[in-house]
Amino acid sequence: MTTKTEVPSPFCGIGTDDLVLNVDGKSINVLANGCAINTPAFEQAIGDMVPRVNGEEVALEVAVAQAADILKASDQTLIGGCATDVNGMRALVALADHNGAVVDNVAFNTTRRNILALQDSGWMTTTLAEVKNRCDLLVVIGTDIEKVSPRFFEHFIWNESPMFLEASTQCQVVYLGKEPSGQSAVSPVGVRPQVLPCADEDLPEVVAVLRALVKGNNISHYEVDGLALTDLQALAEQLKEAAYGVVTWSAGSLDFPHAELTVQVICELVKDLNEKTRCSGLPLGGSDGDQTANQVTAWLTGYPARLSFARGFPEYDPYLYDGQLLLENKEVDALLWVHDFNSKALPPEGVVPTIVIGRSGMRFEKEPAVFIPVGTPGIDHCGHAFRMDGVVAIRLQKLRESGLPSTAQVLTLIDQAQ
Amino acid sequence: MIIKLTGGVVYDPANNVNGKALDIYIKNDRIVSKQEVTQVDQEIDLRGKIVMAGAIDMHTHVGGGKNNIARILLPEDHRSDPVAATELTRSGTGRALPSSYVTGYRYAEMGYTSVFEPAVLPVNARQAHMEMGDIPILDKGGYVLMGSDDYFLQMMTAKKDQQAINDYVAWTLNATKGIGVKVVNPGGINAFKFNQRQLDLDENNQFYNVTPRDILSVLATAVKELGISHPLHVHGCNLGVPGNKDTTLSTIEGIGGLPMHLTHIQFHSYGVEGDFKFSSGAAEIAEAINKNKNITVDVGQVMFGQTVTASGDSMKQHANHKHASPNKWVCMDIECDAGCGLVPFKYRDQNFVNALQWAIGLETFLLVEDPWRIFLTTDHPNGAPFTSYPHLIRLLMDRSFRNDMLKTIHPEAQKMTTLDTIDREYSLQEIAIMTRAGAAKLVGLENRGHLGVGAWADITVYTPDDNREKMFEKPDYVFKDGELVVRDGEIVHIKWGTTHIVTPEFDRGIEKDLAKYFSRHMTMKMGNFKISNDEITEDGRNTLTVQPTQRGVL
Repeated sequence: MTTKTEVPSPFCGIGTDDLVLNVDGKSINVLANGCAINTPAFEQAIGDMVPRVNGEEVALEVAVAQAADILKASDQTLIGGCATDVNGMRALVALADHNGAVVDNVAFNTTRRNILALQDSGWMTTTLAEVKNRCDLLVVIGTDIEKVSPRFFEHFIWNESPMFLEASTQCQVVYLGKEPSGQSAVSPVGVRPQVLPCADEDLPEVVAVLRALVKGNNISHYEVDGLALTDLQALAEQLKEAAYGVVTWSAGSLDFPHAELTVQVICELVKDLNEKTRCSGLPLGGSDGDQTANQVTAWLTGYPARLSFARGFPEYDPYLYDGQLLLENKEVDALLWVHDFNSKALPPEGVVPTIVIGRSGMRFEKEPAVFIPVGTPGIDHCGHAFRMDGVVAIRLQKLRESGLPSTAQVLTLIDQAQ
Repeated sequence: MIIKLTGGVVYDPANNVNGKALDIYIKNDRIVSKQEVTQVDQEIDLRGKIVMAGAIDMHTHVGGGKNNIARILLPEDHRSDPVAATELTRSGTGRALPSSYVTGYRYAEMGYTSVFEPAVLPVNARQAHMEMGDIPILDKGGYVLMGSDDYFLQMMTAKKDQQAINDYVAWTLNATKGIGVKVVNPGGINAFKFNQRQLDLDENNQFYNVTPRDILSVLATAVKELGISHPLHVHGCNLGVPGNKDTTLSTIEGIGGLPMHLTHIQFHSYGVEGDFKFSSGAAEIAEAINKNKNITVDVGQVMFGQTVTASGDSMKQHANHKHASPNKWVCMDIECDAGCGLVPFKYRDQNFVNALQWAIGLETFLLVEDPWRIFLTTDHPNGAPFTSYPHLIRLLMDRSFRNDMLKTIHPEAQKMTTLDTIDREYSLQEIAIMTRAGAAKLVGLENRGHLGVGAWADITVYTPDDNREKMFEKPDYVFKDGELVVRDGEIVHIKWGTTHIVTPEFDRGIEKDLAKYFSRHMTMKMGNFKISNDEITEDGRNTLTVQPTQRGVL
């Protein structure tokens, strides 16, 4: 039995790297600094070790050959999931390039809310260490942070010694939209976050009004359930007065039509504030490799992770290559599903032959044509993953000798056989 | 495997060979003497061809987070230049910021065999190396960006001694696998986080009470004392600001003879004369460079067309965002380390300022006398994509072509430049110095950039053509480490280059304080911040090459 300290996690998106774990053979126990996301993800027991073809256990070579046959016979393959580490994505893009496949990251419909805003008008953002040391006003829009990142406040807001604040309790926290479900936003001295509640569907309008107020536009009357114009006026003033305000949201939480327009208004509001003071956006996300997928495809193809190689070169379209729609419209005839972080992240069920490269332990309602259980980066093999802020890549460690292959290894074998 | 390259006209300035017909023998990956060769496996007749070492781009943004943001920001730019896969090559996209594979192919197709990323943020170094790890064929390396990180500035405020700074610089180079040290708007990226919008050379970063001049002096000294070949790589104060030539002159003056490389000097050579209060300072700057032998520069030539500016200088990029074309831009504060800004830009020949920027770059090239101290760059992609190099070489080598082009730009800009009075035309030898021998010397690459015995066999062969653009855009042959990778301007073989680094020594005792700093203030443990060798080499393609430091020699 060995104890490992300072273990980085690919699961929570904030690059937690202070986990203390016990590794006993193949079993892992989180001893310290776990959370509702990381602890179960690290402690999950290894399930299957042996690949299956049509439900029958086979040798890896047989499963690889079968997978290659399916890909060769396919006129248009969809590679879905795309939840893996950097080397996994490299191998995945190589295979897609040779095969002419569509590549679609499982989280793209939510990531798209940010990417569309970015591609239309850009943004000003910051990263976690800046938040930790400078943030004197955190405005949380439409997001229950604790659900997305359980240790966000502990790690980045209520620090013992922020470098540029007298004390972390100097940071004011304001929730606009959803209320916090837990207590982590309460400061160490018991100050509760200010909450300006409104329904999700009111957020586009509320955020637009806030931006107008920041710009100094005259709004004489505005009211929405639970929220008064004076509340928004006060928030606009707080943002203008803050030395280093941070406006954060999780695209996944802004679950209403055309949320990209609300993200865009948030980003433009931040830009407006920077004409006089400093303020930055902080898009949350990054769990289960979604940032990793977008970063790797960006340098390999120029585009984020929803693209097609069907014409022999990469083409990006944030709507057209939506894997779920391609399946529903029967525009693809084979599915390669890659997800090595979460054994519950199953492929969409459908009629096309399906190959699953998945975290050991996946349980299927409908057995795929090929299932190859793989190890998890950061547990079973080394690797790299990107944190939510897109700048920091973390080095994932190998914690145990599981004997499971990596996604990169399996995809490379399939690529060579196809 | 022995290859004989027969009778090519060789330009090899490092060995004082200037246009002489010579035979070159390649044994495996190196150039060897005739005496070392008993049999020749392959002979290539190069009579009438021009032979140079593989070209080295010593300043090009080819890896790291800001590039990827720029890529994601501009899908429309990529759509205009799709690159299909072949039996041999991977697909991708080109234009202002090409995908990594396309970057490797296109550089190699122009005869380049090495590229150096000049703005590796320490906290983003892992990404930079991963991206560069997916650039085929070329050698690569990165200059680590320092000078705006809070740990360093705290050391400055605390008046830590030079030795402590040296240790921190050396530690950073080792931890992030760099080959040089870069500073961008010294202290200014940091000041912007405190809402300071301007930072002149002798102005204080208002939080730390430290001036850019202090920072430059301390870092340039550290680089020298650590024996790192590449001088401190400086993106100075006031980038793009009319009148900044005075800042630049004062920067040169103030460094007190220490080795210093001023990058994309064109963007720092502006006066305030004329009706538009924007004029060329190239003559004065060039004179200062000619006089101060400790100074090297690369130009950062502007070419007309669409590109994207990608810089660590978040302060100046934010100030310039109103010029964004198309109108979208990104600024980012990064990890108490640095920042970045991405502003798409369209340089127009009928825009007075852009036209004059173009002329200022060319004036600088032509007025700096010593080709060993000036380097051919467009600051890819900031002034223009690297694919414009052959055109730039023609502008330098062909006076009548240059003057023809001059006649097409904004008429007021024509009046404000002395370009048409400058007769100089670069020779092939001078081009070979700027893009090969001089660059290898500047970066500190052992046995690269020349064709003498013992050199790595990075070799480019051209067919002479009076149209130098045509000549330089499509070499007949390119060898990388002795393997033929390009034939008639097309990739014929894929291999993988090495990553050049330096590993200067330092007092390991400093890690005690650093570990504490990381745990208290950063979001990553120090142990997880440091990049291990196997992260670069474990894929089986990439290798690390440690270049020597010259501690005590300087």
